[in-house]
Amino acid sequence: MNADVLFANLPALLIAVPLFGAFLTPVFGRFLPKVRDAWVIFASFVSSAVALLLAAKVYAQGAIVYVFGAAPGTGAVPVDSGGIPIRILFNIDGFGAFMLVSAAIVSFAVILYLTVSQSRRSSRSEFYALYLLLVAGVFGMVSTGDMFNFFVFLEINSLAASALIAYHRNGGLAAEGALKYLIVNTVGSLMILFAIGLLYAQYNSLNMAVIANQLSLTTLNLLALVLFIAGLATKAGAVPFHFATPDAYSVAPSGVTALMIVASQAGLYGMFRILFSVYGGVFTSATVGWIVIVLGVLSMFIGVTMAIPQKDIKRLLSYHAVSQTGYMLLGVGVALAVLGDVTLTNAFGQMAMEGGLFHIINHAMYKGLLFLAVGAVIYRTGVWNLNEMGGLGHKMKWTMIFFLIGALAIAGIPPFNGFASKLMIYESTFAFNPAVAIIAMVVSVLTLASFMKVFHSVFMGPELPEYAGVREVPKRMLAGMAILAVFVVAFGLVPDLVVDTLITPAADALLHQGQYVLSVLGGGL
Amino acid sequence: MIGTLMTGFGVWNPLIWVIVIAVALLFSWLLWRCGEADYEENTEQTTPYLSGNAEPEKGDVHIRAGNMYWGFTAALKAYYSRLIPLHSGIVNDYVSWFLIGVVVLFVVVILV
Repeated sequence: MNADVLFANLPALLIAVPLFGAFLTPVFGRFLPKVRDAWVIFASFVSSAVALLLAAKVYAQGAIVYVFGAAPGTGAVPVDSGGIPIRILFNIDGFGAFMLVSAAIVSFAVILYLTVSQSRRSSRSEFYALYLLLVAGVFGMVSTGDMFNFFVFLEINSLAASALIAYHRNGGLAAEGALKYLIVNTVGSLMILFAIGLLYAQYNSLNMAVIANQLSLTTLNLLALVLFIAGLATKAGAVPFHFATPDAYSVAPSGVTALMIVASQAGLYGMFRILFSVYGGVFTSATVGWIVIVLGVLSMFIGVTMAIPQKDIKRLLSYHAVSQTGYMLLGVGVALAVLGDVTLTNAFGQMAMEGGLFHIINHAMYKGLLFLAVGAVIYRTGVWNLNEMGGLGHKMKWTMIFFLIGALAIAGIPPFNGFASKLMIYESTFAFNPAVAIIAMVVSVLTLASFMKVFHSVFMGPELPEYAGVREVPKRMLAGMAILAVFVVAFGLVPDLVVDTLITPAADALLHQGQYVLSVLGGGL
Repeated sequence: MIGTLMTGFGVWNPLIWVIVIAVALLFSWLLWRCGEADYEENTEQTTPYLSGNAEPEKGDVHIRAGNMYWGFTAALKAYYSRLIPLHSGIVNDYVSWFLIGVVVLFVVVILV
């Protein structure tokens, strides 16, 4: 097998590598426990490398349609299939590649961290296997062009995440949080499955491009759309479907929570893919766009105001995750509201879309960093209550610096990455509706206030006698945080390069539905 | 110029911002250098003056998280008294909110 064959089959390897890594991890744990951690890091590294290579290929050559089981070059539609792409296929365009980049970076940074932070725990082989399954679920969700395939990867994502949340019982709290997460997400997934069934019954296909090509705006299809939005908003943790999110995030191991940010963003990916690539051609009014905007505004405001009174540091961060999801919904919602109007799309719609998408990758980096930094504090102190913390900056200087970078980024302080994406969202949404832009700015001020409290409570003040024995976390945990911190700073310092390279192709992929359909059908049915 | 982000309505260049901040910090440092040079750590100079009272233990003077923003939450008591109970921790409530959300979205999509 030469490199060309491997390169041509990158989409298959994208799923195969983390799955292979996951299934072999317990074997290493049983027979070669000393190399198990090295194997997990290696498997995660190769998975991320495959994802990044695939993304680079998409950016260089355009969207990739990979048909499972088809001979190379035979296309998505076999000659004897009646014009229907009957096989399962991956359709990775600029938007999918963008999500792969985000997931690849975070998943590798987190596994470096987890292999140390979990070192005191038992049954780690199965824990790492679930971690790699979660990575496979995320990769699959953002790559597939098949609706049922998407549902399967969504279930892999949710089940692996639930098991990881519950893995360390934490006095029963973890199991309770995981159960809530599992039940609510399962209800959401069932609604998505029902919506897929509604479309399949009408169009005899599960392929997104085929459905998009034939879709009309009937009441039945609107019902399916609502079910998609509600189910995927639940996965993304958007208000009012967010309730289980803080309960789950706050009790999961911190490294797992960092990856769950990416896993929840795969839900956002699904929502945006359905809204633009499947339904984008049939919207005749701004109603659905406004629905997404309202979900965003509610998420921003309720998320941040619920964060401010929290005493549990991870619960506080979890509500901020809900709040930040609101920015993404707001930006992309504005683009959706003006989708049919070329003038408004060119004036501010595309910028709003790019701001919302830019915020996705920025949030993955800085919120991942914040959860890892907070996890480092808990790793050393065993304390989750902000009222019991203080003065830790004297002993945990690197952790403090990394937390500060993440805190300034999430608050939208220049020159960090959060500022660049928020600026794009503020300016474009202000042109659409000044009121929502002002709410977004107020939420950013409240976010800054909240993180001033956290930073002061945890790291500032005199050294407290109860933490006299605390010291900095091991270097591999710091390395995981450093990787994310580098991206937070770099994306903030050269936002133009990030937007031109990653964001604009992703936005173009969503805004031009016809290209998505064409990439699969090659000229239509 | 590298780093210049065009937002459609304005321009943002973080590298210029960093240079400006660096110059401001340099200027601040130069001002600080012009100050009194007789400051000595771990002497009476560093002891806070608390109206003649003895300095409390370090742990006693640290402002804890619970002491911050109580005014904010108190001012918004009416808001918080409704919002916090919604996050009941009961999964039946969560599923109910999901169903309410689905119904509201469907009504809006159909009627508007």
